[in-house]
Amino acid sequence: MNISNVATAPAREVDFPERVFDLAKRSLRELNQALHQLTPGSNETAWEVLNPKGSHSVAVGVDQPVAVDVRGSVGYYCGGMNAGGAITVHGSAGPGVGENMMSGSIVVKGDASQYAGATGRGGLLVIEGNASSRCGISMKGIDIVVHGNVGHMSAFMAQSGNLVVLGDAGDALGDSIYEARLFVRGKVGSLGADCIAKEMRPEHLELLQGLLDRAGVTGVKAAEFKRYGSARTLYNFNIDNADAY
Amino acid sequence: MCGIVGLFLKDKALEPKLGSMLSEMLVLLTDRGPDSAGIAIYGGGQKDRAKITVQSPSPSRDFPELATDLGNKIGAKISATIKSTHAVLDVPLAKAEEARAALLELRPSLRVMGAGQSIEIYKEVGLPEAVVERFDVRSMTGTHGIGHTRMATESAVTTLGAHPFSTGADQCLVHNGSLSNHNNVRRELVREGMKFETENDTEVAAAYLSNRMAHGKKLGEALEGTLSDLDGFYTFVVGTKNGFGVVRDPIACKPAVMAETEQYVAFGSEYRALANLPGIENAKVWEPEPATVYFWEH
Repeated sequence: MNISNVATAPAREVDFPERVFDLAKRSLRELNQALHQLTPGSNETAWEVLNPKGSHSVAVGVDQPVAVDVRGSVGYYCGGMNAGGAITVHGSAGPGVGENMMSGSIVVKGDASQYAGATGRGGLLVIEGNASSRCGISMKGIDIVVHGNVGHMSAFMAQSGNLVVLGDAGDALGDSIYEARLFVRGKVGSLGADCIAKEMRPEHLELLQGLLDRAGVTGVKAAEFKRYGSARTLYNFNIDNADAY
Repeated sequence: MCGIVGLFLKDKALEPKLGSMLSEMLVLLTDRGPDSAGIAIYGGGQKDRAKITVQSPSPSRDFPELATDLGNKIGAKISATIKSTHAVLDVPLAKAEEARAALLELRPSLRVMGAGQSIEIYKEVGLPEAVVERFDVRSMTGTHGIGHTRMATESAVTTLGAHPFSTGADQCLVHNGSLSNHNNVRRELVREGMKFETENDTEVAAAYLSNRMAHGKKLGEALEGTLSDLDGFYTFVVGTKNGFGVVRDPIACKPAVMAETEQYVAFGSEYRALANLPGIENAKVWEPEPATVYFWEH
């Protein structure tokens, strides 16, 4: 009698072929349904998605702490509403990656299109390439770390959370920002309404270093960044600010 | 929504496949626009000859004797290639304008889709798959082409409301977005003698470019002009006899992705459209910057 589970356990793809989803052969709906059916404590913790070829809504609505590796580039809204999943896109992501993420993580190995991490409430979104315009628009608690550059109007109306940019930021960074913290290592095209450069205090250096560590960034010091945030002059309507809205 | 594709070939070996590549790209973006679809393909032009693509609501009445009648009327040898509701007339270049005027007299119900030395335009109401089947676009060869699948927002769902819009010889334009000052710009262009066939905002953009180029601007300069003169959201992809250009408005909320290899430059509203192109894995893939003109020429 063979009593050793460990010794006989084959590679997971063989053991659980249903956890490798080839989107050239199976539908996106099957994938997302299988992910949604996971229950707390499930052992099916590692998933792989092949041939995404720019598909929309890959791994949207994951709400268990499972890992999903997507081998290729995805379209709109990959990992949207993620709650606890660890999603890795081994390619680039289209518009709205990680939109309204609650917790967990999403790592994009390539570039991300517009409004990455929009309205995100928690979790960590890492873009290893560049992000496009409106990265972190209306972010509400998410942490976003971009290894490259971000486009114009990033962190527009950001309310809470942290946006870390190792490269440059485009025009109108942090336009109409509330309480989110923006850390940029490179140049900023221009600052949006009510967004100002702020002092980097010890607690910010510590916070930033923690984010860099969690995002797997090495060889970069927190002291190389500048901090930006809200001047808080738009909190209450003031006729003298009318031009700034 | 709307979906745009464009493909500009650098490698002549791919030219026989242009129609099939462009068709596949367009069909992949079907769910961005179910109202109509169209494609413009550049290729097969001959020196001293021009092509006029015409569309008829009743091809069995308009097309059978069209080449003979037109030939007699303008005194030239003319041939016609008929594909469903469209016919491409091959006319002497020197008589192209005369032929166009004569067409309107001979067959008042005909609509000219486009004209030039190498451009052919096919567009109809319906899904991309139906349109490329109907006109056998997959078998077409050429050097470059653009395509569009439309979600109608600014004007009626009709054949004429489909893209591409061609308002000058060998020029055409497809558009994703909507213009908010198109009525004003149209009035200004009408004052300058431009003619319009539809209420469509995209036709205004196409006519704007044709008008500026007729005033001696290069395509790149004309595209720059859209940034200050056209108000609204737009991604334009344009074709000329030898060239292929892209511009997005300064807000750039309409999606766009481009890919370039040694064999081609490709444009898609989404990466999906590019995912099956040869060598895409190693292509340079990027999002065109807002308010920036991109342009390639043979």
